[in-house]
Amino acid sequence: MSEHVLDAKGLNCPLPILKAKKALKSVPAGEILTIYATDPGSVADFAAFCNQTGNELVESSQDGDVYIFKIKHTAA
Amino acid sequence: MSDETVADIKRQSLSIIVTKGSLDWAYPPFILATTAAALDYDVTLFFTFYGLALVKKKLDLKFTVLGNAAMEMPMFGTHIAMPNIMAMIPGVDAMAGAMMKKLIKEKGVASIEDLREAAVLSDVRMIACQMTVDLFEYKREDLMDEIELGGAATYFEVASKSHINMFI
Repeated sequence: MSEHVLDAKGLNCPLPILKAKKALKSVPAGEILTIYATDPGSVADFAAFCNQTGNELVESSQDGDVYIFKIKHTAA
Repeated sequence: MSDETVADIKRQSLSIIVTKGSLDWAYPPFILATTAAALDYDVTLFFTFYGLALVKKKLDLKFTVLGNAAMEMPMFGTHIAMPNIMAMIPGVDAMAGAMMKKLIKEKGVASIEDLREAAVLSDVRMIACQMTVDLFEYKREDLMDEIELGGAATYFEVASKSHINMFI
């Protein structure tokens, strides 16, 4: 199973969300997209994104300055 | 029977009337529109008056310190307010505009060109106000191909069905 990763480090609102939305399109349903971001606003944004779009936020964590989000593409 | 499916009825929608066209004011409508589109909203932007600057084929957005009472430019490790008199000095507005663009780039904020392209790719409906296009004598060829032309009634038809309506 291949890993789907999006590097959104250094990008500010709304780019992390826009790029994640685009990246999710090529993630098969049931698989996970891992996103790395440095924008502190992205923590709340990704939670909201998952609430609104029905995708599952499997993990939201932080490693130093980098935020890590794992989103499962739940088929819409 | 209505043609709307259950999914259509549940889908959130947003309309924004865009009346300003300076570099700073270009951000709120495009950020809101692209973010809403990423959240699967149905989005319509209605450009009128100075908002028309944002739908010209070739973007040439300007910036001024005049009248921007709350503006504080991050410079020299602190914030410098820009009193109106500074706008009278030749070159200050051009410099402030260049500084804004530099800040935008450095902070990883998207350019208006990129945000606008993202809006088009996300099927954001963009309508230009026919009346103000005529008022300012813009030609249809000066404006983006993707925009529709319409009047206030067109706007209300969209707005009456939108969950969220904004005036920027």
